Amino acid sequence: MSNATKISTNRDILGASALRPDGAAKVSGKFEFSSDLHAEHMLWGATLRSPHPFARIISIDFSAAYKISGVEAIITAQDVPGKKTYGLIASDQPVFASEIVRYVGEPIVAVAADHPETCRRALAAIKVVYEVLTPITDAEVALLPQTLQIHPDGNLIRHQRIVTGDQDLQGDVIVEGTYEMGMQDQAFLGLEAALAIPDSGGAGVEMYVATQWLHEDQKQIAACLNLPLDKIRLTLGGVGGAFGAREDISLQVHCALLALHTSRPIKMQYSREESFYGHVHRHPAKIWIRHHATRSGVIQRIESRMVFDGGAYASTSSAVLINGITHIQGPYKCSNATVDGFAVRTNNPPCGAMRGFGVVQACYAHESQMDKLAVACGLSPVEVRLVNAMVTGDKLITGQVVESVAPVARCITETDSIAMPAPLAHDANALEIVGGSGLTSLPHNIVRGVGWGVSIKNLMYSDSFDDFATARCRLQDGVVHLKYATVEVGQGFVILAPQIARSVLGVDEVVIDPVDTRIGSAGSTSASRQTWMSGGAVDGACRLVRQRLFEHVGKLHDIDPLRLVIEDTDVVDMLGDFRISVIEASTGVLFEETFEHHHRPTEELDANGQGNCHVAFAFVAHRAVVDVDVELGLVKVIQIATAQDVGRVLNPIAALGQIEGGIAQGLGLAVMEEIVLDNGKMRNPSFTDYLLPTALDAPEVVAIMIEEPEPQAPLGAKGIGEPPCISVTPAIAAAIRNATGRDLPRVPIRPQDICL
Amino acid sequence: MTVAIPQTLREALAFSSANPNAQIIQGGTDLMVEINFNHRKPTDVIALRRVEEIRNYAYTADKSKVIVGAGLPYQKMEHGEIAELFPALAQAARTVGSPQIRAAGSIGGNLGTCSPAGDALPVLSALNAEVNLRTETGSRDISVHDFMIGVKRNDRKPGELIISVTLPIIQGWQGYAKVGVRNAMVISVASCCLVVDRKLGAISVALGAVGPTIIRCRETEQWLATQIDLKSISAVAPNLLKEFGERIANESKPIDDHRSTAAYRRHAVATLSRRLLVRANTK
Ligand SMILES: Cc1cc2nc3c(=O)[nH]c(=O)nc-3n(C[C@H](O)[C@H](O)[C@H](O)COP(=O)(O)OP(=O)(O)OC[C@H]3O[C@@H](n4cnc5c(N)ncnc54)[C@H](O)[C@@H]3O)c2cc1C
Repeated sequence: MSNATKISTNRDILGASALRPDGAAKVSGKFEFSSDLHAEHMLWGATLRSPHPFARIISIDFSAAYKISGVEAIITAQDVPGKKTYGLIASDQPVFASEIVRYVGEPIVAVAADHPETCRRALAAIKVVYEVLTPITDAEVALLPQTLQIHPDGNLIRHQRIVTGDQDLQGDVIVEGTYEMGMQDQAFLGLEAALAIPDSGGAGVEMYVATQWLHEDQKQIAACLNLPLDKIRLTLGGVGGAFGAREDISLQVHCALLALHTSRPIKMQYSREESFYGHVHRHPAKIWIRHHATRSGVIQRIESRMVFDGGAYASTSSAVLINGITHIQGPYKCSNATVDGFAVRTNNPPCGAMRGFGVVQACYAHESQMDKLAVACGLSPVEVRLVNAMVTGDKLITGQVVESVAPVARCITETDSIAMPAPLAHDANALEIVGGSGLTSLPHNIVRGVGWGVSIKNLMYSDSFDDFATARCRLQDGVVHLKYATVEVGQGFVILAPQIARSVLGVDEVVIDPVDTRIGSAGSTSASRQTWMSGGAVDGACRLVRQRLFEHVGKLHDIDPLRLVIEDTDVVDMLGDFRISVIEASTGVLFEETFEHHHRPTEELDANGQGNCHVAFAFVAHRAVVDVDVELGLVKVIQIATAQDVGRVLNPIAALGQIEGGIAQGLGLAVMEEIVLDNGKMRNPSFTDYLLPTALDAPEVVAIMIEEPEPQAPLGAKGIGEPPCISVTPAIAAAIRNATGRDLPRVPIRPQDICL
Repeated sequence: MTVAIPQTLREALAFSSANPNAQIIQGGTDLMVEINFNHRKPTDVIALRRVEEIRNYAYTADKSKVIVGAGLPYQKMEHGEIAELFPALAQAARTVGSPQIRAAGSIGGNLGTCSPAGDALPVLSALNAEVNLRTETGSRDISVHDFMIGVKRNDRKPGELIISVTLPIIQGWQGYAKVGVRNAMVISVASCCLVVDRKLGAISVALGAVGPTIIRCRETEQWLATQIDLKSISAVAPNLLKEFGERIANESKPIDDHRSTAAYRRHAVATLSRRLLVRANTK
């Protein structure tokens, strides 16, 4: 028997504001991002891209490029040994365009050379002759039957309807509108980069890459290279943000191909400008929507037509569409619906995943409508939302019953209880009011407005997809080793995983093994899913190990393992006075378990859009207070108040980080972030002109986390990554409407939209 | 590539006269961006960062003017004596980029680049600054109006260094305002500098980002002088204010681009100039 005594420590277990281990390194510039990777004798890879949104490739001549000393390889579609195309859902995107280019920036050739500058010269020396075609850049035009189909798969990526209930119902109150959203970029700070090291003999490749999902990359790379899966081994390179833009393949296949071609390590990395061309964006959307309601504001029916511009290739457009149409009712009860959704192919840059995934577009439309409904019924924005707030057990327009905890009303009332910011002082510091350092405005030029946004967001993948997660736990000598392929993109799994292990196993020392494909998939770091899914896998593996430990201790000390529990860092007999430290109990013994966490199965929607297509839901409310210089159309967001349904807070500081970051991203979409397109060409592929919020643009955030543990979730915690950025955009738009009296049916709202 | 790092102005001038096509670099906040984008591939570079003589300021002998070194970083103009003498310059300096950019960027570089959106330039224009150019053997002073000749084009001759600008000390209100689509670190969509000379009873208004180069609104300036007595502070009647803004807008020549529209820019300079005039006449 041990005489270990119980020591109470400030341990970094679940619930503690444990600090991320990579935090200081990132802030001080010491963190190794993928773009910092290096290998002996490596070559650099670079990509030649189309300058045209739509053109036929007549010829490619790289004889001059080959003559440049230092150029080691030039590859095109002909050099792709396996599948010539890739894609997350439909495999419709060529690794290299060979006959037709369908968007500006589409890859045509890749080169490998001894220096980035040699690469640049080689690209400049390649002569591509194009027959320029007229691009189709309007999604509505692309849908017309007489329009040229710009891809063999057609211009319609997916059409899905939701038809339920009374199709003829007319409400006493009817409000409608058409809402538009521009193309937002994920604008992560760590640019795309990878290092590929070929196996000797060229039978495989070792890759270090910044991605969101190692196993999906592995699968797609292997198919294009025509190699077995186990010949493509991926290790996660340091990731500097993702927000959806790293779900699709960018440079992975090119980099691996060049490595096999040259038998040398290849480093590829994009510049900021190339990054804008090299990844998918948030779908621009146009949404018509009509609400039927009673005079007291109760929603009876919605009708909607939603068009998402998917750009040149499918990426995840079809899933984005499903999310859009299935969330168009918002977090509100509604039994009758007629919804028509289209994901459309155009010659615009391809669009795919971005934080909020289709729900951002839907939410902007339904929340704009809620305010119209409030006015029509003489209700306040809060009242109209409370009247309609959904609860657990409600049936969605897809027929799915909301089984998740659904504290919608509580999100609204708790947000409403947050104190309003102080009124703008007449002697306010000029830098801190609208116009900021531009000194455009004085307090008397400024009008304050308040607006609301509330949202519902699905968690995990939908539509019958089994996006499971795998984790292995090893305990020996009081030290836990965790192994998983869960990608850290900044969301904080790197601290959450050890917190889980410490809580379950009573250890303090937790080592995270390299994140790579030498274990089963963890699924993607997206859809607000890793805390739930990989958290569930780590929790499951640790619990299995704990069971082995209890069995071991029980056997040695003749105690029924069922009586044993972990208390702090000890194994304790609940019914007796036996106690042994986990360190001692595990000395010289190895316990190892692997666990796969699967969420409950989901279904595909039927022709009428009916089916249990989602796993679970999370809710959030936002109230925005903005100051507007109405005459100049300039905006400053003063405060965002929010109450978010989080299930359970596992790490308060990390949760707050997600909330504040999401709000900044939603603010960007509301008032400044847009890729400006002109006939398929990006006009602002740089941080000079693609504007992200600065510290002077970021509002005060007052956040309440509503903790009602989710029974379905392994740790009781819901995903919290996406909700913060969803309803904050319509809340800000509503606040600007409130200040200006303008309609503002499109975001981002530009100065000229307000004042001209 | 060779990089000369002169320690004194004399050394710098010797280098530039010997190698008139060498690329000058001061803060590098414009030049390095161009080099990174491969828009410029200098073979020889003269770095002025160590030349202390152009990183400070001094009064002229009669104390009527101040000579501001071409290499003085914006950061040093935000507060202190320069800010007190030339509030519009301090305000323009504060709107430039971020603290990092303001620690490096300079008026010499702003003039060297000569972008219509350069924030120091409307102030130099409204103050009727002189640009002081020097070679190893000669020097010339040229009005800033003649120095700026087009979009990113100026009158600097090969081998010349911009060593300073001379700014007259003016009795009266002055201010700068700039519209951008975020509250800091943003390229100007439209900007305006207004300077009132109470002694002469004159006003000058210069606009940024609404034409190929900085626009001085001379017609409106003269018109306003016939409408109100600029030697004293008096409220400007609303209809006069309105006409003032309209006249300013008419003198601007903005275009539509990805940052904004011509219509908005016209509206913005009308609004900014009116606001500045009101500020001038309430203080
Ligand atoms: C992130 C960022 C934000 C910015 N924001 C702003 C902004 O808000 N407003 C704004 O106006 N600008 C802005 N700029 C542009 C830049 O900072 C300014 O134009 C600045 O004044 C340039 O000064 P510099 O000393 O860095 O010039 P440099 O880059 O060193 O030089 C610029 C040009 O001037 C020439 N030159 C420099 N000094 C001399 C000299 N003494 N004699 C002859 N030629 C010379 C150089 O040869 C070069 O052609 C920004 C730049 C960046 C990177």
